[in-house]
Amino acid sequence: MTATAEQAAAEQPAPKARTARYLRPALGLLLPVALALLWEIAVRMGLSNGRLVPPPSVIWSTFSELASTGELQQHAFATLWRVGWGFICGVLAGTILGAIAGYSALTYRLLDPTLQGLRAVPSIAWVPLFILWFGIFEASKMILIAVGVFFPVYLGVMGAVISVDRKIVEVGRVFRLSGFAMVRRILLPAVMPAYVLSLRAGLGLGWMFVLAAEFLGASTGLGFLLIDGQQLGKPAQIVAAIVAFAILGKASDWIIQLLASPLLRWEDVVARR
Amino acid sequence: MLVLDRVGKTYPNGVRALDGISLEVAPGEILVVIGGSGCGKSTMLRAISGLDTPTQGRVVLDGTVITAPHEKIGIIFQEPRLLPWLRVADNVGFGLEDRPKAERQARVKTALTRVGLTDKARVWPRELSGGQAQRVAIVRALVPRPQVLLLDEPFSALDAFTRADLQDHLLDLWADLEPTLVMVTHDVEEAIVLADRIMVMRPHPGRVYDEIDCDLPRPRDRQSAAFDFVKRRVLAALDRSLDRAAVTIDGETKAAHGGGMWW
Repeated sequence: MTATAEQAAAEQPAPKARTARYLRPALGLLLPVALALLWEIAVRMGLSNGRLVPPPSVIWSTFSELASTGELQQHAFATLWRVGWGFICGVLAGTILGAIAGYSALTYRLLDPTLQGLRAVPSIAWVPLFILWFGIFEASKMILIAVGVFFPVYLGVMGAVISVDRKIVEVGRVFRLSGFAMVRRILLPAVMPAYVLSLRAGLGLGWMFVLAAEFLGASTGLGFLLIDGQQLGKPAQIVAAIVAFAILGKASDWIIQLLASPLLRWEDVVARR
Repeated sequence: MLVLDRVGKTYPNGVRALDGISLEVAPGEILVVIGGSGCGKSTMLRAISGLDTPTQGRVVLDGTVITAPHEKIGIIFQEPRLLPWLRVADNVGFGLEDRPKAERQARVKTALTRVGLTDKARVWPRELSGGQAQRVAIVRALVPRPQVLLLDEPFSALDAFTRADLQDHLLDLWADLEPTLVMVTHDVEEAIVLADRIMVMRPHPGRVYDEIDCDLPRPRDRQSAAFDFVKRRVLAALDRSLDRAAVTIDGETKAAHGGGMWW
């Protein structure tokens, strides 16, 4: 296992700043890897039978077994597909309505109470209705995810547009920017940090809601894998699905951060380090 | 020629901030407006800039009535108001977007050299000190070559040394193209260092109280007797402007202000 090497590398005092830059992210691996190792050792030594909490080696073999049959990829892809489309729809609706609500006091008063009222409804409550309206297949699932993504994005965009510094907007006016130029050169960059944050929050909720959607009746997806593992008494499969969720969730969040980073380089990096 | 023709401003809540200001500023003249708080200095400046429109009268620049921000009028605020997402060079070139790239870069470079910030061109605004940021704001307003530059207490947030330094920078830059400067301040010495003419305003509502010519030779020596003489005149005018206000709207203004408390 590479874990020990990782661990050793992370524990070594970094001699140069360059190596420290690559080692610092590895520090985050220290805790989970150490815990996994401890559990593996405990099971190997017979301290626990590891039946309900399978050791890493069993999870890994389940994981690779599922991957070799193509089952894992199929389920992961189904889930990604749903999250992806739900995210896109939710972000589009949230961005547009958020921008409209933030645009003026009038549009805010018109839109916001309704949307806040809808936000107060636990989103799972929509499921029966969505199933009646959109059927039991993909559409109802994607729409449920879109609803989950919508609210954080809407709130983020609306709040960001409202709180754009009027003094900065005035600079735009002094240079006679109007309409599209004002949006492109002043408003968009000004709301970008809050927008990226709301996208990440929305994506997080998207991953939550895909699970809810898949629990409520699906024959594919990582959520199905979870339910299947529970019904057939295969805890390793459940943990494997959970690990897959963690990897996909983290990776998708990282992609957003990566895509946004050139737009946010001006932000105070000290605060994020 | 910048002309204010009986400019007045009454805010929607009924507050009369400005009352019939008439004023002519010659091209290249440096006019400094000074007065206690609430005398409409900033309101007047915003009316000239076109950011706000006056409720009475009009502002005319070379025959054009100003109702919205105009390309020949630049303004510098109390805060630098740099765009945090643009590097210093891009902030300076913000008003030159419509020019060819080569020209834009050349003008930005010259401007930054003039204020000694060449090495800061690729830096983010948050990495600048207060004085540096305000210098960037000054050149940002000047690179589009405005005929009129308005300054709304631009140095009031800076320490005394930085302030004197920036006053020199401003005069230096002004000498290049000699735009008309209209500057609002509450610093009497700053007014006398910079001004060709000092306009004293009185509050409630804002009106012109007195105009003092300030034709000392440049560069001006703050320690000279002539400087001190003008300073006394300005301070005396400021005191009187407030005393009279206390008489005209008795009841509203508290007891007469002390000599040094005019701001």
